[in-house]
Amino acid sequence: MSGSDLILLALVLPLVGAAGIAAASRIGDNAREATTLLTAGALAWTVWSLVPELMQGGRPSLVLAEVVPGIELAFSVEPLGMLFAALASSLWIVNSIYSIGYMRGNNESNQTRFYIFFAVALAAAIGIAFADNLFTLFLFYEILTLSTYPLVSHKGDAQTVRSARVYLGVLLTTSIGLLLPAIIWTYSVAGTGTFTPGGILEGKVDGAAVGLLLGLFVFGVGKAAVMPVHRWLPAAMVAPTPVSALLHAVAVVKAGVFTVTKIIIYIFGVDFLFAEPSSGWLVYVAAFTIVAASLVALRQQNLKRLLAYSTVAQLSYVIMATAILKPLAEVGAALHIVAHAFGKITLFFAAGAIYTAAKKTELHQLRGIARRMPWTMAAFTVGALSMIGVPPTGGFVSKWYILAGAFQADNYVAIAVIVASTALNAAYFLPIIFIAWFLKEDSPPAREHGEAPFAVVLALMITAALTLAFFFFNEPVLELEGQLVRTIS
Amino acid sequence: MTDLSHHLPALQVIVPMLSAPLVMLLKPRGLARAAATAASLFAFAIAIAMTMGVLDGSTYTYRMGGWPAPYGIELGVDRFSALLLLIVTGASTFALLAGRRSVDADIDESRQPLFYAAWLLALAGLLGIPVAADAFNIFVFMEISSLASYVIIAGGSDRRALPAVFKYLIMGTIGATFYLIGVGLIYLMTGTLNLADMELRIHEVGDQKPILVAAGFITIGLALKAAVFPLHVWLPNAYTYAPNAVTVFLAACSTKVSLYLLLRFDFFVFQGNLAGHDVQFTYFLMPLAVLAILIASGVALFEQNIKRLLAYSSIAQIGYILLGASFVTVAGLTASTVHFFNHALAKGALFLAVSCLATSCVGLRLSDLGGVAKRMPWTAAAFVVAGFSLIGIPGTAGFISKWYLITAALEQGSLGIALVAVLVISSLMAVVYIWRIVEAIYFAEPSSDLSAVGEAPFMMLAVTWAAVLANLYFGLAPDVPVTLATSAAETLLEHLP
Repeated sequence: MSGSDLILLALVLPLVGAAGIAAASRIGDNAREATTLLTAGALAWTVWSLVPELMQGGRPSLVLAEVVPGIELAFSVEPLGMLFAALASSLWIVNSIYSIGYMRGNNESNQTRFYIFFAVALAAAIGIAFADNLFTLFLFYEILTLSTYPLVSHKGDAQTVRSARVYLGVLLTTSIGLLLPAIIWTYSVAGTGTFTPGGILEGKVDGAAVGLLLGLFVFGVGKAAVMPVHRWLPAAMVAPTPVSALLHAVAVVKAGVFTVTKIIIYIFGVDFLFAEPSSGWLVYVAAFTIVAASLVALRQQNLKRLLAYSTVAQLSYVIMATAILKPLAEVGAALHIVAHAFGKITLFFAAGAIYTAAKKTELHQLRGIARRMPWTMAAFTVGALSMIGVPPTGGFVSKWYILAGAFQADNYVAIAVIVASTALNAAYFLPIIFIAWFLKEDSPPAREHGEAPFAVVLALMITAALTLAFFFFNEPVLELEGQLVRTIS
Repeated sequence: MTDLSHHLPALQVIVPMLSAPLVMLLKPRGLARAAATAASLFAFAIAIAMTMGVLDGSTYTYRMGGWPAPYGIELGVDRFSALLLLIVTGASTFALLAGRRSVDADIDESRQPLFYAAWLLALAGLLGIPVAADAFNIFVFMEISSLASYVIIAGGSDRRALPAVFKYLIMGTIGATFYLIGVGLIYLMTGTLNLADMELRIHEVGDQKPILVAAGFITIGLALKAAVFPLHVWLPNAYTYAPNAVTVFLAACSTKVSLYLLLRFDFFVFQGNLAGHDVQFTYFLMPLAVLAILIASGVALFEQNIKRLLAYSSIAQIGYILLGASFVTVAGLTASTVHFFNHALAKGALFLAVSCLATSCVGLRLSDLGGVAKRMPWTAAAFVVAGFSLIGIPGTAGFISKWYLITAALEQGSLGIALVAVLVISSLMAVVYIWRIVEAIYFAEPSSDLSAVGEAPFMMLAVTWAAVLANLYFGLAPDVPVTLATSAAETLLEHLP
């Protein structure tokens, strides 16, 4: 199959899967779950099949339609998008295994609807990853927002609907209010919105307008959760945990930082932006987000909300790394997308496992829980160490590159923030690990329980293993993103 | 010239007009509806045929009885009018195909033939306006469509429709009279009623004051008929209390026909002849458009009855159309005319979904609709997707309008940035008022027993979904409306000095 066929297949597969899930649900739950797993597997296979061509320097592309003159529905695969698509589609398999254990273990209602919209969200994520221009990207960006709304509002009670309203409100307000004008602005000055190595805006805008346009893009992509447009992420935590794990630690939020990174590299152009002083604010805003979100995380009592704020901080690592505008930092940004994905999905899986087995959600309830759930808490520990950036976890590798990039640019603010946030990460994760492993359980225990269902534990062990493995085997990602660096420098 | 296609502009009006008395005579059950639907479908087919014709580059000119213009009655169809014919016939056909349950519920069987006859007359009138090439025939068609519209709006069982229609009648008559006064003044000064002829002869008029007064009367009169803010007060209640099928039909097209006429008259006759008129046009319409967009959207935020909510949204959307036109640029007029089509699609689909909801819900206030999505999943999903189009989510027809409109606004320099802000704010208001309905139908606690609530009849759902899918199709492949709108914009601007 040629590259363009594979792109089309990757876009269509999850949608076919969604229809298949609806059909299979009439046969039975097992058939439905099998369809989900099958779709996830097929999607990952399709996406990975694109890698060899890319490694050889090919850029598979596909033009589906010209919507209006000059604005195409077009896709192409480049290293950054490849990385994001491979990550989302591969973790979908693991997440599907986890979902089966979680949704059944908690007797959740409307499971069919859940799996259908999950598949649609994945299709949207793939569309974002492979989008060749701003219009296509925006189309799938909005589809992702809308298709995750039913997942966030899954429970359907008043509290959930209120949180889902915040979720949708922030994401739509930012995308319609800031991102869309920025996109149309770009099209009207540059005549195109196609992602081009080296950017398309050089010579088309200058002075303060560059900083303003960058601001519209960065805050317009609410999914990147740069403060103050981060409020939707903690709100999204009302969703069932598999949604928080794959979508709100990987697909949706990574779609955000990926979009920002892609716009900086392929729309503005790194060199153009580096030479333009009005864009300098981005590093500071990202730095502020990292520190502020970590401080907020420090004060959280609810485990999932803590993880959400930790995600806000970690996303801004990627934004800050990109904004340093040096090759090593761009590689660090790409690596951090992967490393954080593995670590954070593990943490969410663990949080969901604890909820499934023990119905516990607050930090103070976790005393001694590691004795009952050793596997879960071992995985949690690995994930937490990766967030802090301790070897031998993936988080160390990406932090290394980001720091190296910061030194390359002599950006001492970035260096200081990385150091400070490492300390803050340690300050909110280590106590949890300590409470779970070394304190005695309350007596008498509120509820007898052991480990979560097998599927849940299996999934979190896989992602924990990936977190560790990424420390040792990050060569392919480096090689892939090396191409990116060569195109921009 | 015996080729049938040559007669299409005349047939476009004659088919529904002559079907009307015929339909009135069809007493047996269901026959009147079938005949009216057939006539409307036929008119739709004629509109499609002419659209294809004008897309190939031809324009239709037809001289009634072979009398040459400006002495005889001339009909003409270019790309702009073809777009309108498509909208009007499409709206009528969709509404009739889906409207059986709604009409049966609202109108006695014995009176149905009369109702459908009035419907066809309204259709004929609305089609006559874009087709006619002279100001007086336009007035005649305007009166036909208005009188017939009053009848079908008030034809339902809801007595509140009567005061609503009375208001509409008074305001509509004032509007038509103003138009007639304006046309009379021009006739007095130029001695012609043919629009093309008028354009040429106004040059020859020495004293321009009566023409200026005429421009004022015509603009105000048509603005009244088009429900341009602040002359919109007749619209919300007329839409709300009309039978649902009628709301689908009229909400999608009736004000657009008046807007069409407003643009056509202004650009063909006045823009080229009155010094500084383009500036007046801009400064008169732009503030009204902005106020319409912001205030009507604001009212929709707090409205409880979903038909009235959507009616206020229509007033805001009319503001979009006027805003685009007020730029007097190709981009602006393209945005404006493409929105004729896209708004008709979105609002038509939304009102179709509302009429599905009305088949089995106790009422159409938000509090009556709690949790009905569980009982009516297809209707609810149709409403949501049509709502996306109204908001302007990418992939839907509404997005295309928004894209053109924002592009056009950005051309306006620093004023444009403020206007982009207005557009953005109103889109976000649309998100809010659509989402209020979505939350109600999906998540709210039912206020009454829903066990009797079930999905709408198949035919109704099928038509609704056809409209919804059209919103998606024209969001991704908007060739036809965009081509029509672009050349409509170019045609209008050709008449500038």
